[in-house]
Amino acid sequence: MLILESGWLADQLKILWQILLYLLPVMPVTIELTLLSFGLAILVGVFVGIARISHHPIIEKSSKAYVDILRGVPLLVQIFFIYFGLGKVLHLSSFVAGVFAIGIGYSAYLAETVRAGIQSIPKGQYEAALSLGMSRAQMMRHIILPQSLRLVVPPMANDFIACLKDTSLVSVIGMRELTRAGREFYSQFFVDFQTWLVVGLLYLVMTLGLSRLVVWVEKKFKVHGLGERGG
Amino acid sequence: MIIEISNLVKRFGRHTVLDGVSLSIEAGEVVVIFGPSGSGKSTFLRCINGLERADGGKIVVDGIELNHNKEHVRQVRAECGLVFQQFNLFPHLSVLENICLPQRVARKRNPEESEAIAKRLLERVGLLEKKDAFPAQLSGGQQQRVAIARALGMNPKIMLFDEPTSALDPEMIGEVLDVMKKLAKEGMTMVVVSHEIGFAREVAQRMIFLDEGKVVEEGRPEEILNHPKSKRAAEFLGKVL
Repeated sequence: MLILESGWLADQLKILWQILLYLLPVMPVTIELTLLSFGLAILVGVFVGIARISHHPIIEKSSKAYVDILRGVPLLVQIFFIYFGLGKVLHLSSFVAGVFAIGIGYSAYLAETVRAGIQSIPKGQYEAALSLGMSRAQMMRHIILPQSLRLVVPPMANDFIACLKDTSLVSVIGMRELTRAGREFYSQFFVDFQTWLVVGLLYLVMTLGLSRLVVWVEKKFKVHGLGERGG
Repeated sequence: MIIEISNLVKRFGRHTVLDGVSLSIEAGEVVVIFGPSGSGKSTFLRCINGLERADGGKIVVDGIELNHNKEHVRQVRAECGLVFQQFNLFPHLSVLENICLPQRVARKRNPEESEAIAKRLLERVGLLEKKDAFPAQLSGGQQQRVAIARALGMNPKIMLFDEPTSALDPEMIGEVLDVMKKLAKEGMTMVVVSHEIGFAREVAQRMIFLDEGKVVEEGRPEEILNHPKSKRAAEFLGKVL
């Protein structure tokens, strides 16, 4: 300890410690942003994903347009558009605008994931459900969606981790989350390398934690025979 | 007549799969349909319960005409159990749930009732001890027996079988045919697409030879198997027997 109390290394560690203390209280904001926007993304994404395979041409076409537009425009631009465009009319806070922009932006990716999951269910499952007298809605609810949602847990997990990282984008509309707080600290004390190192590490801790969680969820949702089906 | 089909036509693109098939089936009758692959056998069966929509002709099942009315289609499907070549059990549900869920959802039965029925049916097909297993843990023959029990759970008046033993290893064919024979002897109306000649000889009242979308020959199994009238049926039986 004596060695650490003076000298370069000790100074560096003190700085890192100060940064950490400054940033830790902001981490919950990033987590909150992630959970809320991804929750919104799942809700809308499942809905749009089902609409993508609708037999109704208007529903199918409009859901395709939704996905194409949202995937084709940078998320940062969408955040600006919602905060400065819609936000000024609807008086959205930067938090609400951020959750809304990221949620809607990610719903397009999730819709495609859900669509792929639904379409990977063999035709025989549809035919079996229909031949047992189920309606199309009953078939989707009881047979097709439960299977496809389990299949899409791994690809969705990737989107979830990407979503967490992309919450840093809402720092540009003044939302005080992890990245924004990092910039505050840096502009006060001008320790750029150390600040962004800690910010990066904190994101890494969260994404690695999430990956662990995902492995657990995958195990929990694993179904006998799903994905190993023949014919 | 429980099934009345007149002049059924089905096309896939320019290809005519069923070219004016007419057939009447009485309640309690067991009819075996056979013919070369691509003759339209499976399509014919799938038209009966509306999985394929006919392009022409008329299908009446138990007094309900199959047409564009969705409610009619559902009613007909509830009356016709269909057993597939590939079993098509629901892989995310246990054996018991495979049989219970359709009853609860499509027949609006309560959980206790549907479970009691499912257990009785599993006992009938000899698989009660597998009730908590998942489909992937069963052999092909066992899966097909569960699939038959699942279809029976809807109390169908008619059972349709689409090559029920074609995907099975030889040693498992017998157990499935045994269940089907028992069902036939209990008086179930059955339409079976199959090349299991022994089964046809034992339980079918009528055999129908389908070729290129047309009924080429029909008659009692012993007639059609021993003395086929048409050259095509004779040739085909020569290869199968």
